[in-house]
Amino acid sequence: MNGSSVSADPADPCAPATYRDGVRAGLPLALVVGIFGVSWGVLAGDAGLSVPEALLMSSTTFGASAQFAAVSILANGGGVAAAVVAAVLLNARYGPLALSVAPVIRGNAAWRLLQSHMVIDESWALANRGGGRFDPRLLVGAGVVMYAAWVGGTAAGILAGDLIGDPARFGLDAAFPALFVALLAPQLRKRRPVAAAVLGGTIALALVPFARAGVPIMVASAACLLGLRKR
Amino acid sequence: MSAIWATVLLVGVISVAVRGAGPVVLGGREPPARLVGAIELLAPALLTALIVVQVFGGDRRLELDERALGLAAAVLAVTLRAPVIAVVIAAAVVTALARQL
Repeated sequence: MNGSSVSADPADPCAPATYRDGVRAGLPLALVVGIFGVSWGVLAGDAGLSVPEALLMSSTTFGASAQFAAVSILANGGGVAAAVVAAVLLNARYGPLALSVAPVIRGNAAWRLLQSHMVIDESWALANRGGGRFDPRLLVGAGVVMYAAWVGGTAAGILAGDLIGDPARFGLDAAFPALFVALLAPQLRKRRPVAAAVLGGTIALALVPFARAGVPIMVASAACLLGLRKR
Repeated sequence: MSAIWATVLLVGVISVAVRGAGPVVLGGREPPARLVGAIELLAPALLTALIVVQVFGGDRRLELDERALGLAAAVLAVTLRAPVIAVVIAAAVVTALARQL
C-alpha cells in the first residue's frame, strides 16, 4: 500500500498526507499496541481460546479493552451474553469515530468498509487535523501498522507465551493517554473546543463509578453536540 | 457452538458493523451543515474523556495512582513543546519509575 503517488485532494488546504506518512506517524505507538497484543494473546490462551479463535477476534474486534473484557468474563464463567454486551459497549465509541471520518472515506463500499475497520482511538486521533477535518491516508496508514501489531502481537502471545510481562510494569498503560494529551493540546486554542473538552471529561469522570465500562466515554462524546448549529 | 466461538463471532460481526455503518452508508458525502460544528467538537470531547478514563478510571470507581504522575509528565512535556513521541515516552517512564518506588 504505497500512497505516495496518490494525487492531493485539491480541496484540502493542508499539505496532503500519504499512506507512508500515516505509517510513520503510527509506527512508534504500534510498538506499544503490539506489546498489549502479546499480553492479550497470553490471556486468551489462558482463557482457553484456540489460536484461530484468538486471531479471528483480534482481526475482527480490533479493540483491546473490548477483547480483554470479553475474555476475562468468559474465563470467570460470566457467559456469552455478558461477554458480548461488555465488549460491544467498549467498542461502541467506534461508531461515532467512524462517522466523523465518513466524509473523507471514499471508494466503493467494500473499500470503505475496509478503511473503516482501521479506526481505533489512536489512528483516528492521529488522522485528526483539527476543525473536524480528517486525513484518510493518515487514518489508514497508521491504522494498518497498529492492526498488524495487534494481530501479530496476539499471535506471538498465544503461541510463544509471556515474552514481555505486564505492560503496566513499563508504564505503557500511560502511553495512550499521553498521546491523546499531545494531540488534544493544539485543539484547545478556542473557547468552544475547550468547553467541549471540559464537558466531555466531566461527564466521563462522573459516570465512571456508576456506569459499565465503555458507557462513560460513549456518553461523553455527546458533549460534541454543543457544536450543533441552529438553522 | 462453544461459548468462545459464539462470543468471538458475535463481537467480531458487531464490531465490523459498528465501524462500517457510517463510512459505508455515508462515505464520501459531506455531512449536513448542522452537524459540522458537532463533528469539530467530537475530538476535544472524546480525547479528554479517553484521557480521564484511562488515567483515573478503575473498576466502577475513580483511582488516583501512578498513572496521574504519567499524565502530569505528559502535560509538562506538551507545555515544553516536546514532540509527540517524547510526550509518550516521558509519561511511560515517569509512570514506570513511580511504580518502582
